[in-house]
Amino acid sequence: MPDFIAQWLNQNEIFTTMTLMEYWGGMVTTVQLVFLSLVIGLLVAVPLAILRTVRNPFVSGPVWFYTYIFRGTPLLIQLYIIYYGLAQIEGIQETFWWEIFREPFYPALLAFTLNTAAYTTEIIRGAIVSTPNGEIEAAKAYGMNWFMRMRRIVLPSAARRAVQAYSNEVIFMLHASAIASVVTIVDLTGAARNIYSRFYAPFDAFIFVALLYMLLTFALVFAFRKLENHLLKHQRPLNS
Amino acid sequence: MLDLKGYGPALMEGAVVTIELAFLSLAVAIALGLIGASAKLSDNRFAKGAATAYTTLIRGVPDLVMMLLFYYGGQVAVNMLSDYIWETYEIDFFFQFDPFISGVVTIGLIFGAYMTETFRGAFLAVESGQIEAARAYGFTRWHTFRRIMFPQMLRHALPGIGNNWQVLLKTTALVSIIGLTDMVRVAEEAAKAERMPFHFFIPVAFVYLALTAGSELFIKWLDKRANVGVVQGG
Repeated sequence: MPDFIAQWLNQNEIFTTMTLMEYWGGMVTTVQLVFLSLVIGLLVAVPLAILRTVRNPFVSGPVWFYTYIFRGTPLLIQLYIIYYGLAQIEGIQETFWWEIFREPFYPALLAFTLNTAAYTTEIIRGAIVSTPNGEIEAAKAYGMNWFMRMRRIVLPSAARRAVQAYSNEVIFMLHASAIASVVTIVDLTGAARNIYSRFYAPFDAFIFVALLYMLLTFALVFAFRKLENHLLKHQRPLNS
Repeated sequence: MLDLKGYGPALMEGAVVTIELAFLSLAVAIALGLIGASAKLSDNRFAKGAATAYTTLIRGVPDLVMMLLFYYGGQVAVNMLSDYIWETYEIDFFFQFDPFISGVVTIGLIFGAYMTETFRGAFLAVESGQIEAARAYGFTRWHTFRRIMFPQMLRHALPGIGNNWQVLLKTTALVSIIGLTDMVRVAEEAAKAERMPFHFFIPVAFVYLALTAGSELFIKWLDKRANVGVVQGG
């Protein structure tokens, strides 16, 4: 460690190794929570988005209803319903599920996953619906069946159109994950709240955590810009 | 019929708090958005830089962290200020930083940044010929803004304002965390006391759903009205 950092660490009472470790632990929890919910949410959202584009209202209707409910209500309420509600289900305390859902991490993961899956479904649906008709006709002319058309033509082309909106959703999710701290999870915000109440130093505790979140956000923005450049290479102007 | 165990009136009051908070923050956000967009589009480098820093900063930090910072930090700052005023001028000045004010300030500030981007895009969408024509008629800058830019910009800004409003409405739920007795807070207390989470949270969720669905219809109607003179292709 460079000398000036060591010196600075020795001079202040708040940012000791212990609190920095607490922030680090919070960062790990936040990243785990956000990463897992995004990955599972995306895996759920792709088939749901395909179902949502089916003409039969009995197929697309329930998916529409799900996304409408989850996008129309605050994530905090969804978290409360799942966190407090799961414990109230008759008999759950005797099953093995209770071992899992007793920890606040898993109800929060479930709530975040359901929420992000709803938003992602709509993003992907929008991208699928706006597939140029010519691409589908060409695929049909090549004799591709529905499944192959989906896999080779529609979904890759939709992914290109969805990536920008999806990057916003990822950042939104990172920021929304701060509410995990209200159900006693010690994520980044939870760590900041603990440190605030220990030292009664709101500026130090919260500005530091805000900087950490900014760091994560800008890393994500950077990564998505790289991904966008990669996916949309064919649309780049010639001389750039 | 839904039995709210005597929490009905409290929930109603909470709903009113939620709606008040949402509208006040919207007003703050629109004002900040107009200022921010004007700053971003101005030739003044300082104003441009300040507006860019503002929108970048807000988009990097979670709303809850911002809210906690303003709520807990705001009180500490007010205390320091009142100590200072007492020591130097011997004036007894104290001001309780309540969660409602910090809620309005935080949500207004956050959505002001999003509104800045919305308005900036909308101002840029107004044809420059319109502005030139206004100048040619001898309109002053303020006159051009009020009579030409603003009315034409609004049509382009409406969808963005609508989206921001929908997100803002849901963000108001966060103020329950800093102790404001809004709908969510009442429902949480009731759910804990009665041990009936579904019973209280689901109706509250439906109030939010009704609010977002209602605003969606209203925004659609406004959008239709604003675009009445536009011939749409396709």
